[in-house]
Amino acid sequence: MEEKSVVIRNLVKKFGNFTAVDNISFEVSKGEIFGFLGANGAGKTTAMRILCGLSRPTSGEGTVAGFRIKDQQESIKRHIGYMSQKFSLYPDLKVWENIELFGGIYGLNDRQIAAKTDSMLKALSMENARDMYIRDMPLGWKQKLAFSIAMVHDPEIVFLDEPTGGVDPVTRRNFWEMIYEAAGRDVTVFVTTHYMDEAEYCDRVSVMVDGRIEALGSPAELKETYGAKDMDGVFTKIAGRAERGE
Amino acid sequence: MSDRTAIKVEGISKSYGAVKALDDINLEISEGEIYGLIGPDGAGKTSLFRVLTTLTLADSGTASVNGRDVVADYQDIRRTIGYMPGHFALYQDLSVEENLNFYATVFGTTVEANYDTIKDIYSQIEMFKTRKARALSGGMKQKLALCCALVHKPEVLFLDEPTTGVDAVSRKEFWVMLKRIKESGVTILVSTPYMDEASMCDRIALILNGRIIDRGTPQEIISRYPDRLYAVRGGNMFRILKILRPLDGVLRCSSFGSECHVAMAQDGPDSSFLLDTLKDSGVEDSSVELVNPGIEDCFIRLS
Repeated sequence: MEEKSVVIRNLVKKFGNFTAVDNISFEVSKGEIFGFLGANGAGKTTAMRILCGLSRPTSGEGTVAGFRIKDQQESIKRHIGYMSQKFSLYPDLKVWENIELFGGIYGLNDRQIAAKTDSMLKALSMENARDMYIRDMPLGWKQKLAFSIAMVHDPEIVFLDEPTGGVDPVTRRNFWEMIYEAAGRDVTVFVTTHYMDEAEYCDRVSVMVDGRIEALGSPAELKETYGAKDMDGVFTKIAGRAERGE
Repeated sequence: MSDRTAIKVEGISKSYGAVKALDDINLEISEGEIYGLIGPDGAGKTSLFRVLTTLTLADSGTASVNGRDVVADYQDIRRTIGYMPGHFALYQDLSVEENLNFYATVFGTTVEANYDTIKDIYSQIEMFKTRKARALSGGMKQKLALCCALVHKPEVLFLDEPTTGVDAVSRKEFWVMLKRIKESGVTILVSTPYMDEASMCDRIALILNGRIIDRGTPQEIISRYPDRLYAVRGGNMFRILKILRPLDGVLRCSSFGSECHVAMAQDGPDSSFLLDTLKDSGVEDSSVELVNPGIEDCFIRLS
């Protein structure tokens, strides 16, 4: 059987009498690029927080990286990677200091951190940037580094929360090529985006509407089902039916 | 759109330490048009907005809004423009109605006096008028912030990234609202990082690293694209990129959703060259089609 990085069954999250996540079920295979789409307020952030071990489900079962979302949140946090456009690296720390900080947070020892720093900078061709402050780095470099640091502890899955928001067209595309390479190394990628062209690069995509997963499939399948020429058309048809606000 | 100039920017530069946020910017925006400032985070969009809304001083250069100088006449400018910053300037503890009344009072007017200006948008949130701003959804906050920026009937409306982080459906709705505001005679300067919004503007400037890299109507900018552009489809996009990018004659090769856009010189090899190369590399099911570039293709070429 195919290995799964995420298995979610009948996940529900309520805040008072508001049902933010309304009985969703899905699986993500190892090495898959999974696009998690939805309109603002559809429940994506709430669901993603549960998957990352930051919030408990009201009901439902599931595992992320092999750990239960109900009672193994600490293990989940240690075994996943996370990156967003808003929060990634510390601008007032140097490159090596950022790697050391995040390596330490994820429990790597000094020897492992030193080895990781070398291999990471080599893979990124940034050996000469070791002592550079993050604030002085071009955006494209920062993104590449942030992505590598999110995986400093070799997690089997990495969560990317709008990693390319506001990023220029060239840097945005370079970043997706990195995502693709990571998936090629069998890292599972769980990603949210508002750019519908990026939805096309995912192996499979889910679209949340009003707390439920309204559609799930490969971009090609979804385009065929909804008779749309691109994912923007698919998204507009599905999310345009939303009834609730954020 | 009229021939009268609403916003004039001449040689504006502004640095923050070693970072040149604005580098000799020149712009002329006509009365009654929607002018888009299109570029990524850090390009200088907000800095230019802050100079034009008289919130910061440029290091050099001059600028005017409806003939009023941003330095000498800053008070007049503040009275006659509406400004919606990237982070909505709403009072979270005040209700929808109270926020709107507050902004009207600051400008010495009333909501009733200018109700026609905001009616279209306000009617969509009016049923929540007693709700605190903090309890509104993102889409409703956006509408309220727009009403607050419009409540004194400004001559010029400045909207700094009103659609950032907003989903694709809500973004389209927002542009419909802007068109209606424009029809009432307001000049609109709007910034966005989304290249696909360029077509909603009358004219645009593409901005990157503090410089304007091209300007004009979206169609003018597209018509200046000098290369032949092919859309390649089929199989794995990233594999196709890897195969085509290093080829002689391929100027640029970028992913575009389910297609890969390949720019080639006008006098370079044609589509059969791409097809043959892909076939030789074992990609059997590909197709190549000559396509018209979009603004994002233009931006990639210029950046």
